[in-house]
Amino acid sequence: MQILIIVGVLLGTVTIAAGLIYVERKMLAVWQQRLGPNRVGPFGIFQVLADIIKIFFKEDWIPPFVNKKVFIIAPTIIMLSILMSFAIIPFAPGIVVADMNIGLLFFLAMSSLGAYTIVLAGWASNNKYSLLGGVRGAAQMISYEVFMGLSLMGVVIQAGSFNMTDIVNAQKDVWFVIPQIIGFVIFLIAGIAETHRLPFDLPEAESELIAGFHSEYSGMKFGMFFVGEYLGITLVSCLITILFFGGWLGPAFLPPIVWFLIKMFCFILFFVLLRAGLPRPRYDQLMSYGWKLLLPLALLNVLVTGAVVLLTQ
Amino acid sequence: MFSNIRSLWMVFLKMFSKRVTIKYPEEKPYLPPRWRGRIVLSRDPDHNERCVACNLCAAACPVDCISLQATEDENGRRYPEYFRINFSRCIFCGLCEDACPTYAIQLTPDFEMGEYVRQNLVYEKEDLLIDGMGKYHGYSYYEQAGVAVGVKPKGGGENELEPVDVRTLLP
Repeated sequence: MQILIIVGVLLGTVTIAAGLIYVERKMLAVWQQRLGPNRVGPFGIFQVLADIIKIFFKEDWIPPFVNKKVFIIAPTIIMLSILMSFAIIPFAPGIVVADMNIGLLFFLAMSSLGAYTIVLAGWASNNKYSLLGGVRGAAQMISYEVFMGLSLMGVVIQAGSFNMTDIVNAQKDVWFVIPQIIGFVIFLIAGIAETHRLPFDLPEAESELIAGFHSEYSGMKFGMFFVGEYLGITLVSCLITILFFGGWLGPAFLPPIVWFLIKMFCFILFFVLLRAGLPRPRYDQLMSYGWKLLLPLALLNVLVTGAVVLLTQ
Repeated sequence: MFSNIRSLWMVFLKMFSKRVTIKYPEEKPYLPPRWRGRIVLSRDPDHNERCVACNLCAAACPVDCISLQATEDENGRRYPEYFRINFSRCIFCGLCEDACPTYAIQLTPDFEMGEYVRQNLVYEKEDLLIDGMGKYHGYSYYEQAGVAVGVKPKGGGENELEPVDVRTLLP
């Protein structure tokens, strides 16, 4: 049974991440008054297959000037760390790979490891744009990591547990998005920065850095970064659903897993909408926004939540 | 922050507006009559070639994609022996159409000229010449002005004066 869940979660998440290629292209088109992919199959739904086949048959070229070992290892880290994080996600009661009592901490640890992929890829590429992207990515991920953890502490204080299943069960009466609205907004912003999606895609800003840390990558190694990014979106959407929107909880006419997926896809679509609607901030704006505004807010949120919980006990 | 949320909302509302894109090969876009596309050579109402091989189009062409050789028929009417446009060079600027004194060379609303072999983009006279009059109906250069080439006597055109006898002293 456990093996079945592990295989199911692995295949399910990777399939969703691959399917997001189509979802993103189609939804971006919808929001930009275009038609989007519509050639491959009905409504273009086989575009995913076409893209996958294409990326598999691309030449996987390693430039002669790169540090070969690190260059090859770097893209695997993002896939590994994000897939590991999915182990703690409870999709429905019982459907969880590892029901750990430190679930949330495990996620934070794994997302910190994700910074290595950008740093190593940028450094190993031996290319000034890649290095700039890598440095930016490292600074961005580390600084947003700080209050990402802090913003979740409000939830942990209210639920009284790091265990994801317990956190969902603590939201039976009211979703944490209502008492923890500040925490939710901060986590959302930090999540966007953590997955380095637009508008916080400074490590790979096309208009400035070609493709940033993955400029030199091609073929399936580039595909790993690509799928890793979509896996990251899926992961952050899962976490928002679990931590702030009651996970699988919902009226009983639909099974719990369906409620979970509906909520998750809403946030995935929100991520795509962010990409369609917002411009990229300048790098110093991003940093000062994080350290001067969001960090104090997150600290204040922890303080107030702690005080309220202490008073009401 | 508020403006960001506002722009997100406005982008979201675009979901319900009309698509700008059209499905091209199935659905053709409207091209206005003065669209600058594939170049043709037109004929006058008598079904003769309008082109008088004056070389003005070739001189006006900024990328030198037009080449032609002038010759004369038995009446002394000039026409191009060959007329060649290299569409792999042509930038569809329309200067040749502007330069043409006889409305012979015209640009048409057609852009579907893709070829697999580059040499096929060099159009010869038989590819360029059309049966009709193009955009200017009923216009015939030799009936308005010009030398006598069997269409009309000298000075007998519609808006033309009799030739002046330069040797007479009478007013």
